[in-house]
Amino acid sequence: MNRDDLIDFVYDEAAAIDQMRWNDWLALYHKDGRYWMPLEWQQEDPILQPSLMYEDRLLLTVRVERLTGERTFSQKPKSRCHHLMERPRILSMGEDDGVYKLRTSFIYTETRGDLLERFSGWVSHELVEVDGALQIMLKRIDLINFDAPFSNIQLFI
Amino acid sequence: MDRYRGNSQAIAELVKGHAVHRDVYVDKEIFELEMEQLFPNSWIYIGHESQLKNTGDFITSKIGNQPVLASRHRDGQVYVLHNRCPHKGVKIASEACGNTGKFFRCPYHAWSFKTDGSLLAIPLKKGYEGTGFDTDQAAKGLKRIENVKIYRGLIFVRLAEEGLSFEEFFGDALSTIDNMADRSPEGELEVISQPIRYMHTCNWKMLVENQTDTCHPMVAHESSAGTAVSVWEREKDNFTETPMAVQLYAPFMSPYEFYEGAGIRVWPNGHGHTGVSGSIHQDYEDVDGYQDMMVEAYGKERAAEILGDIRHNTIYFPNIMVKGPVGILRNFIPLGVDKTLVESWVFKLKGAPDKLYERGLMYNRFINAPTSIVGHDDLEMYERAQEGLLSNGNEWVNLRRLWEDDEPEETTEVVNGTSERQMRNQFYAWRKFMVQNMDKAVEAAE
Repeated sequence: MNRDDLIDFVYDEAAAIDQMRWNDWLALYHKDGRYWMPLEWQQEDPILQPSLMYEDRLLLTVRVERLTGERTFSQKPKSRCHHLMERPRILSMGEDDGVYKLRTSFIYTETRGDLLERFSGWVSHELVEVDGALQIMLKRIDLINFDAPFSNIQLFI
Repeated sequence: MDRYRGNSQAIAELVKGHAVHRDVYVDKEIFELEMEQLFPNSWIYIGHESQLKNTGDFITSKIGNQPVLASRHRDGQVYVLHNRCPHKGVKIASEACGNTGKFFRCPYHAWSFKTDGSLLAIPLKKGYEGTGFDTDQAAKGLKRIENVKIYRGLIFVRLAEEGLSFEEFFGDALSTIDNMADRSPEGELEVISQPIRYMHTCNWKMLVENQTDTCHPMVAHESSAGTAVSVWEREKDNFTETPMAVQLYAPFMSPYEFYEGAGIRVWPNGHGHTGVSGSIHQDYEDVDGYQDMMVEAYGKERAAEILGDIRHNTIYFPNIMVKGPVGILRNFIPLGVDKTLVESWVFKLKGAPDKLYERGLMYNRFINAPTSIVGHDDLEMYERAQEGLLSNGNEWVNLRRLWEDDEPEETTEVVNGTSERQMRNQFYAWRKFMVQNMDKAVEAAE
């Protein structure tokens, strides 16, 4: 993988979410991959410190299927979202452990009906190569105001 | 003209037992009166003693709309103080928690106060000499709240100088807090992290009622828990054991019959709980070593009694819910007639395996977070209700499920678990504490 492959991956992942191609998006996750939204500043532990989300593929699948469910009333009307991202910084090319690491500053917008909410922060990707393709081992979202009382965040940052 | 202020009769008429008038959820004057009457007359949870470990530690909170702080003084006591400088009213502590050192210092004019609230110093004090300052309330420092009770570490406060004692107010309802704390082999709870906070655009009472609403999970949460169950059914062959996540989600889809049999217990003053003889928390996998620790600490019989009491949600009127077996406390903090901040805390059981804390944290983010799919289901219903109630087509909210003509209002009783009895029980207490002292205040004014 070269640097452009890694950077493109981060943009493409966000595009899959913005375009609501949920199955394409889930397919980007490693079978043991995790989506993590910490609730503390520079949080280290997703298990014994509180998080907003720490989900594996099973739980992400539940979320994705719920979004299109006939009786998912919080998605009537449906939410839409938009990622505005700074160019990802490559923190590691995985020389030692085979894990590529990137960190990207973002503004995320989620809207539903007449409401629109904005979130800012940094997304960190830990990627591994499986059969010639990149997969997400960990996607970590650190919001600048992780401890503020939000209303619903229904899609994915 | 005020419709409700000073008119206890009009307030009482909003609660008919089998129905309540929509003004309890949408009327701004009623909300103001809740802040002035209901919250000060009740015992309100403001935090946990373990958040105040060291001298100078403080936490801030609100009772109704009044800011308070609690601090650990050098005499080892916790003092609850009005969070307002006696000079110009500036809030003395602005953060949720912290350590102030030996004293509080107002950032505006540097008036300083000991951590028990008493006045320590004022700059250029000679400017007050001979002015009669020592007769002002300001000279006494931060006003202390006298009615404070710390029960198993939970700090409760009653602002009103007169009213029911802590024991009279909660009575046997304290058994859920006891059970939660007893689940620690050391009998103690600890707060070691911040709560999950979730903003709701609805009246605070909708959230409280929902805690004992056992006819909604299988309907409103079909989208979340129902999907979790169906995805799991499809995927489970790829797993060797049932993940904790599935154990937490799946019971939400229990059928009506399950909740009917599980029962609801009501207590006087608006307290009550679901899950009397079983609950959605009963089938969680055992945590390695925990059972033995409990037997060691309490003996076999007592340990079985503690762990066998698997209550679902306990309402401590007016605005907290305690989920004993999971170690969660939810605080429904009213900010406006249609705005409620929910803070959901997870307690760590001292001396118990980390796995229990892990489960509490997981439950909290699954159910109580702004990113929680179960939370999304519920908030959608509250928001629709808050809007729907503005319809003049019907001014009443129906609470008649399993209602009886001669329903006693101040009693301890176990009833069918799908009854709306606990919601009615809350409104009987709501009426009582809304009008308590009100007529007296009116007479005094006249």
